Amino acid sequence: MKDNGHKNSENQNEYLVEIKDLRKWFPVPTTFIGQIFNQEREYVRAVDGVSFNIRRGEVLGLAGESGSGKTTIGRVSIGLEEKTEGEVHFDGIDLSKLPSEDLRKLRRRMQVIFQDPLASLNPRMSLGDAIRQGLEIHYPETADQHRDIVIEIMEKVGLTPARFYYNKFPHQISGGQRQRVVIARALVTNPDLVLADEPIAMADVSVRALLLDLMVKIKDELNLTYLFITHDLATAKYICDRIAILYLGKIVEMGDLREVYGHPLHPYTNALLAAVPVPDPHERRKEPMPKGEIPNPIHPPSGCRFHPRCPYAKDICSEEEPILRELRPGHVVACHFAEMFLDKKLS
Amino acid sequence: MTEHKILMKICDLSVTYTTRLGQVSAVDKVSFDIYKGEILGLVGESGCGKSTMGKALMRMIQPPGQITGGQIIFNGEDIMTYNENQMRDFRGRKVSMIFQDPMTSLNPVQRVDEHIVEAIQVHEPKTKVDEALERAGTLVRKLGIQKRRMNSYPHQLSGGMRQRVMVGLGLVLNADLIVADEATTSLDVIVEAKLADQLRDIRDEFGVSLLVITHNIALVAELSDRVAVMYAGHLVEIGNVEPIFDNPLHPYTKGLLRSIPNIKLNENEDLYKMAGEPPNLTHPPSGCRFHPRCPNAMPICQKYEPELVEISSGRLVKCWLYLDHPEKEQDTIEVPA
Repeated sequence: MKDNGHKNSENQNEYLVEIKDLRKWFPVPTTFIGQIFNQEREYVRAVDGVSFNIRRGEVLGLAGESGSGKTTIGRVSIGLEEKTEGEVHFDGIDLSKLPSEDLRKLRRRMQVIFQDPLASLNPRMSLGDAIRQGLEIHYPETADQHRDIVIEIMEKVGLTPARFYYNKFPHQISGGQRQRVVIARALVTNPDLVLADEPIAMADVSVRALLLDLMVKIKDELNLTYLFITHDLATAKYICDRIAILYLGKIVEMGDLREVYGHPLHPYTNALLAAVPVPDPHERRKEPMPKGEIPNPIHPPSGCRFHPRCPYAKDICSEEEPILRELRPGHVVACHFAEMFLDKKLS
Repeated sequence: MTEHKILMKICDLSVTYTTRLGQVSAVDKVSFDIYKGEILGLVGESGCGKSTMGKALMRMIQPPGQITGGQIIFNGEDIMTYNENQMRDFRGRKVSMIFQDPMTSLNPVQRVDEHIVEAIQVHEPKTKVDEALERAGTLVRKLGIQKRRMNSYPHQLSGGMRQRVMVGLGLVLNADLIVADEATTSLDVIVEAKLADQLRDIRDEFGVSLLVITHNIALVAELSDRVAVMYAGHLVEIGNVEPIFDNPLHPYTKGLLRSIPNIKLNENEDLYKMAGEPPNLTHPPSGCRFHPRCPNAMPICQKYEPELVEISSGRLVKCWLYLDHPEKEQDTIEVPA
């Protein structure tokens, strides 16, 4: 379809995205009174020391509750937001060292799908034009082929007949179709990485399965890599190869999805997995839920950030921060007492 | 549960919205009962009429919407005949409602205790403030809200806490029915699970009935005693939660249940992909509204609308597969699994 030399180049490294010790702190606005008294500036520690890699062709899930920093990590990873500290490499390129013009060119290779398709689409732009815009920006030299490329991609995402949908406007189609338009728009520049930030959270159950299926199919067809951000662990099961569980700006557990779901090693992961309702009235949850709610990220708890809510917390948990340790092959966890879950048999 | 006392009986209730594009029948002749002390889950996709249904139960449909027919019998009285004053008393005291976003339901400049005292005094003007405060205090303790939180403003509370205040407001007047419209939807899973536990606890303690309106079918499996499934303004299936999840009868319910993601490994690994999308209700499909998407559709399905009939004890289904009709061609039926 288009040049995709970068995809087939031989001297590529194993990882498409490499994130090391990433921190993103947002300053809290200081009040006038605070300024007078020279109050110390406070920060929301949205992401506080996160490292992970994404292999080419894999789907890495970032899961956590609201305020866990999953969206911020996603935005920083593709250069939409500047990091506070740490390293972000895309295909071996350090994003922070890149001049803005080069970053803009690189954006062709990293596209985003957001949660709300209606908010992502310009209401006054026809669907075809909306999808075409990426091409006009990144491939102005092939203007005469744009229409055909758009039609081709629309058919690929199931907007058929494409010629019929080309001139429609966002309000004239259903929510499921709108998300297909957003997917088409992300794919039209032939990206390597797609950041999908809760891409199907708004869709109804019956439509959701179709969209998930489409995302998997298209990923295989176009050799894509996904960074899939979600709060819905049940949906993640159907698309992610690996998953990272976040709590208050830190990864508490990461590994192959089936490994993490089958043998969760962190008390928080255990609670999170148990909290997801199962569509079977015979298997109602009996486990009690952890007390309290996710704390304020301006003053995160000392030591392990989960300790105030953790049923297994001991003294060391509030004093020493646990580091990620590999307890099973490819499965890392940040908990001082994760071993106790090692022998536990979970169905 | 062997004997059920009916708290609210809904008969042939219809709600229509008049729009530029024509009449939208959001709820079309829906009938069902709500039992005393039960948790009834009302599920369906967006636009199926479940929220409209919830509002209609309190006659809170606003123009361009209108209740165009049917009866709502509560404790033997038809509330459709109530005047505005009677309705005001009915809302809150008999039936109260919790919405999805507690921040928009709570007054941002009123403290928690002021909310509760106001709710009491509106309905029971003779109650003294001290007495109301005391009642509020007892209730709030039962809901697991700390006493000092009584002086907090809504923005100082977390999402889960706000929603518990809403539940408290629903309970403080001893309402018999609480309608929870997507009450747990904007909450995180752990907070949602805790609120679900709490809803079950207050049902057990106060004997109140709950109508849980949600698109989250897994939550209904977790929480409710009975399930009602709506599709395109019709109630297509209703029954006890176990038989519905074990053996759904309506093809829509079947497809819906098979398309729910299940977090358990090795369960429902292949999501069912239902064809099409819910219809536009300005021009609903003829006959059974599900027939264009139905894998078992027969010729009769697009001609006549099936009745909601009782198949087995307490189990009602609205589908031609389970009904007889002289025009029904037997050979096209697929036997349900």
